[in-house]
Amino acid sequence: MGESFAAVMPANAYNWIAVWRRNFLAWKKVALASILGNLADPITNLFGLGFGLGLIVGRVEGTSYIAFLAAGMVATSAMTSATFETMYAAFARMDAKRTWEAILFTQLTLGDIVLGELVWAASKSVLAGTAIWIVAATLGYASWPSILYAMPAIALTGLVFASLAMVVISLAPSYDYFVFYQTLVLTPMVFLCGAVFPTSQLPGSFQHFAGLLPLAHSVDLIRPAMLERGADSAALHVGALCVYAVLPFFVSTALFRRRLLR
Amino acid sequence: MSTVAIDLAGVKKSFGDKVIVNELSFSVARGECFGLLGPNGAGKSTIARMLLGMISPDAGKITVLNEPVPSRARVARVRIGVVPQFDNLEREFTVRENLLVFGRYFGMSARKIEAVAPSLLEFARLESKADTRVAELSGGMKRRLTLARALVNDPHLLVMDEPTTGLDPHARHLIWERLRVLLARGKTILLTTHFMEEAERLCDRLCVLEGGRKIAEGKPDGLIDEHIGCNVVEIYGDDPHQLCELIRPHARHIEVSGETLFCYTPYPDQVRVKLRGRAGLRILQRPPNLEDVFLRLTGREMEK
Repeated sequence: MGESFAAVMPANAYNWIAVWRRNFLAWKKVALASILGNLADPITNLFGLGFGLGLIVGRVEGTSYIAFLAAGMVATSAMTSATFETMYAAFARMDAKRTWEAILFTQLTLGDIVLGELVWAASKSVLAGTAIWIVAATLGYASWPSILYAMPAIALTGLVFASLAMVVISLAPSYDYFVFYQTLVLTPMVFLCGAVFPTSQLPGSFQHFAGLLPLAHSVDLIRPAMLERGADSAALHVGALCVYAVLPFFVSTALFRRRLLR
Repeated sequence: MSTVAIDLAGVKKSFGDKVIVNELSFSVARGECFGLLGPNGAGKSTIARMLLGMISPDAGKITVLNEPVPSRARVARVRIGVVPQFDNLEREFTVRENLLVFGRYFGMSARKIEAVAPSLLEFARLESKADTRVAELSGGMKRRLTLARALVNDPHLLVMDEPTTGLDPHARHLIWERLRVLLARGKTILLTTHFMEEAERLCDRLCVLEGGRKIAEGKPDGLIDEHIGCNVVEIYGDDPHQLCELIRPHARHIEVSGETLFCYTPYPDQVRVKLRGRAGLRILQRPPNLEDVFLRLTGREMEK
C-alpha cells in the first residue's frame, strides 16, 4: 500500500509543468472570453455592493466600504476562479474528455497531473484576483506597491481552493454534486470570512469557527496588504493556508488513485 | 537485453465478486505481434491496462520491458506507446499540437518533437492535416493520429486496445498496413481484438480468452489446424437440429449457433449431396478460421 501510494506521487519536481502547459495552450485559444467571463461577476459585485450598499454603510474599519469590499472581492474571485476551473474544467479532463487517461500512458504519475492542475487553477486565480486588484488600484482603493504582497496571497488562495475542489471532484460521481459544495460550503464562507462585512459583526462562536476557514486567512492577508496596514500574525495565516493546500492534495491524489487506477 | 518484451505469470484480477482475469500466463517476444482475442467481457482491456500499471493485479507477476509492473510501470511506459480503445485525443487542438503536447509528457523538448513530427505525420498519412483541429477529422484519421501520437516517444512496444473497432473496412485496412510497417521496423505489438480477421492477418501468435481465462494459445494457422483441420460448411435456412441428424454421418463435428449450422468435414461434397433438393437452404463452403476455433472451444460464436 505504502509503496504503491508512493508510485502515484509526483515523480519529480518538474513533470507537472507539461500538464500546466497543456492547459495554457488550451486557454490561449479562448483567452479573451475566459478573462471577460471571470471578471464580470466580481466587478459587478464590487461596484454594485460597493457604491450601492456603501452609501448606507458609510465607513468600515476606518476606510470606505468599497475599499473594504475590494479586498474581499479579490480573495473571493481567487477562490471562485480556482474552484470553478477545478470543478468543471479539470473534472471534464479527468472524466469525459479522458485527458488524464492519455497523460497516464506517459511517464507522468497521477500526482504529477494533480499538481499540474492545481498550479494551473492557481494561475487562473492570480489572473482573476490581480485583475480586480488593478481595477481597485486604478480607482484609488489600493496602493500600487501592495500588489507585491497581495499577489503571493492570491496565488496561495488559488492553490488552497483548487486543492479543496480536487477532493470534491475525486468523490463526485457527476457535475450535479458540485452545487452542494458551492451552496453549502463556498457561499457561506464568503459571508463568514469577512469578505463583505467585518467578522466582528458575527456572534462570538461564529467568529471562532470563521477563524478556522481558509477564506478568512486569505482575506486577513490580502486586505491589510491592499489597505497598506501591517498584517497581524501573517505567518499564522500563511501556515494555515499551506496546510489547506497540501493536505487535500494528498487526500485527493489517494482518492483519484482509487477511482482511476484500480 | 532480454528477448522477452512482456511476461505474465499467474495473473489474477477480480472486481468485487467478479473474476476478470483468472490465472493468466503468457509471454511475448521482442519483435512479435501478439494478439489477445476474445469476445467483449473476456478481460482483454483489463489485461492491456494491467501491462501499463493502470490496474494492479490481485496475484501473479507482470514484467514489461524488463521492468516489474505496476511498481516500475512508469519507467516501462517511457518505452511504450499506447493506442486506447476510446479516443482521448485533444479535440480542440490541431493534429500538430496533439503531438507537441503529448511529446512534452515524455519530457521531450519542443525542438525534438518538431524534428520527429513530419515523419510521424507522414507515417499516419496526415501530412495535409497537420493544422486541422482534431474535432474535424474522420474516425480513421483520428485513429491514425492516435497511432502517430503513440509513436512520438519512439517506443519499443505498442499496446493497442481494439485498434480498429468502429472503423470502416477501408480505414481498417490502412491501419493494418501501417501496423505491418511497424512490425517490419522491429517494434513489438500487443493488440486486443475481437476481429478474427485482424488477429489472423496481423498476429504471429495469439491467446484466445474467454471469461478471463486462456482457452488456447499459438500461431493462428496452428490453432486452426489443431482444433479444426478440415473444411467448414455453413448451412442455414431450415431447422438446424433436423439438418444435423441428416448430415451427421459425414461430419467430423457439428456446431449449431443460432440458426446457423457449422459442419466441420473433410468430405464437403458428400454433405452437399445429402442436402441436394432441399429448398431454401443457403450453403457456404469455406476454409476454417479462428472464429471456428472459438466456436469449437466455447460452443458459442464471438460477438461480431
